[in-house]
Amino acid sequence: MKNRTKLPNIYLGVILALLYVPILLVVFYSFNESKISSVWGGFSLKWYEALFRDKALFKALGNSLILGSASCLCAAVIGTLGAYGMTKARLRTKGAVEYISTLPIMIPEIILGMVFMAFFSLIGIPFGMGTLVLAHTAFCIPYIFMLVKARLVGMDPSLAEAALDLGASPQRVFFDITLPLVAPAILSGMLLAFAMSIDDVIISVFVTGVDTNTLPVKIYTQLKTGVTPEINALCTLLFGAVLVLCGLAVWLGRTPKNKQAAGENPQPAKNNRR
Amino acid sequence: MKKKRKARGGALAVLPLYIFTLAFVAGPLVYMLALSFMTRAETWGVVPAFTLRNYQDIFQPVYLATFWESLKLAAVSTVLVIAIGYPFGYFMAKLTAKWKKRTMMLLMIPFWTSSLLRLYGWIIIFRAGGVLDSILSSLHITEEPLKLLYTYPAVVVGMVYALVPFMIFSVYSSAEKLDFSLVEAARDLGATPFQAFRTVSLKLTLPGLLSGVILTFVPSMGLFFIADILGGNKVVLVGNLIQEQLMKAHNWPFAAALSVALLLITTLLLFLYRRLSGVKELEGLV
Repeated sequence: MKNRTKLPNIYLGVILALLYVPILLVVFYSFNESKISSVWGGFSLKWYEALFRDKALFKALGNSLILGSASCLCAAVIGTLGAYGMTKARLRTKGAVEYISTLPIMIPEIILGMVFMAFFSLIGIPFGMGTLVLAHTAFCIPYIFMLVKARLVGMDPSLAEAALDLGASPQRVFFDITLPLVAPAILSGMLLAFAMSIDDVIISVFVTGVDTNTLPVKIYTQLKTGVTPEINALCTLLFGAVLVLCGLAVWLGRTPKNKQAAGENPQPAKNNRR
Repeated sequence: MKKKRKARGGALAVLPLYIFTLAFVAGPLVYMLALSFMTRAETWGVVPAFTLRNYQDIFQPVYLATFWESLKLAAVSTVLVIAIGYPFGYFMAKLTAKWKKRTMMLLMIPFWTSSLLRLYGWIIIFRAGGVLDSILSSLHITEEPLKLLYTYPAVVVGMVYALVPFMIFSVYSSAEKLDFSLVEAARDLGATPFQAFRTVSLKLTLPGLLSGVILTFVPSMGLFFIADILGGNKVVLVGNLIQEQLMKAHNWPFAAALSVALLLITTLLLFLYRRLSGVKELEGLV
């Protein structure tokens, strides 16, 4: 009996370990003195030094951060308002527009990249940060839209109605009642969208300009040509950032226990009404 | 009166979404369709003259072979992803709440880590004289370096590694809703473990499994950078072909026709998914 419960857990452990092997290897070799990754030449931080002197990489990192934040914010505004409007308005075209707006995460990325490249050159927008933000906003919207809409559907409509009955203007109801209640959904949508944006290679390759490299595009071109251990160092730092962010997310989600429950399911909101 | 005002406010709120969607999603897609029927200009750009040549070109043996190779690679990767990801998602759903959360966290960290970083790890492993070669030769399993980098298996491993989390998430979200007492009931009524699994667990987790298949099969045809980095020039997918036609050959109408063909395959798969599972939304997508 005991063996039966143990075997699945061993399986889970092995697969999880395998998921981490490539990442940990990159981290390990970033401290390698030797330039050839198969030879261990002793501990060294020289690749980190080289990394910090590489201005182009930092510029690419900056571009990626700007791009991620800008498209995330645009998508948050458009997606949240859109999801709110969709639950309120009675338009015949609702279903169709909703379907089209989620297409960017349904169709293969390569098609999206191709389509944007052709379209932007048709209407004559110069390739660069502008085109990047437009393209990334397009695939960030669905994440936020879908999460916010799910939250709005699960929300108690009588809260907004009560505020309206008590004389609040629809704008006031939106900002004072609806927005705070859907805020967790907006935030988690934005986080997801930001992660997708900052990791995107395929779409960025197509819509980026000659001199606006994003970090993934830069790493991609470097991996295709010659690899320097500098990339190891960079990847290690990126991995460190992910670890810190994940830790932060856990910490934020844990401390106020009841707050987290309110953020995650709509039931407590219903109980408050009584 | 109030209802009307509310509806008007709603219409105002959807306006940005409507405009953006029509201008930057529907517009480009329609243009792609139009482009696929246009003629390529002699030197650069396109001429708006109707032609079916781009679609005829797809049926040239070279390009058909690429589609076939892509579908085959996608199928192989998907089968492996199911074999690894399905048990994982299923077992994970049986864990206690505390361990579910921990396992989820451990899954999320590599998932959030840059996909290029993870690919790079595989380069280190597969490179001639790399980690895998040193391990195998120190164990005296192989004498010669395997030279796995820039081969077909390397691309498959890269694909499976990149896509397995999607399968895990969708199977898990399905299996989480599964009432395991149903499985026990089947066992009590005399079913063998396999029978109980097939008739109860598999049936009830089918939507998750199928959406996992969609989420792995569809992207695997377009992930050209994995084929590029781990496969060198040896593995050419539809994605690589489209990229090449756009960036190098500058034959945009043909690239558009290829994209339309790929989109048709994708749509067909989504349609089949809906028919098979009876579910509209993909499970575990967000």
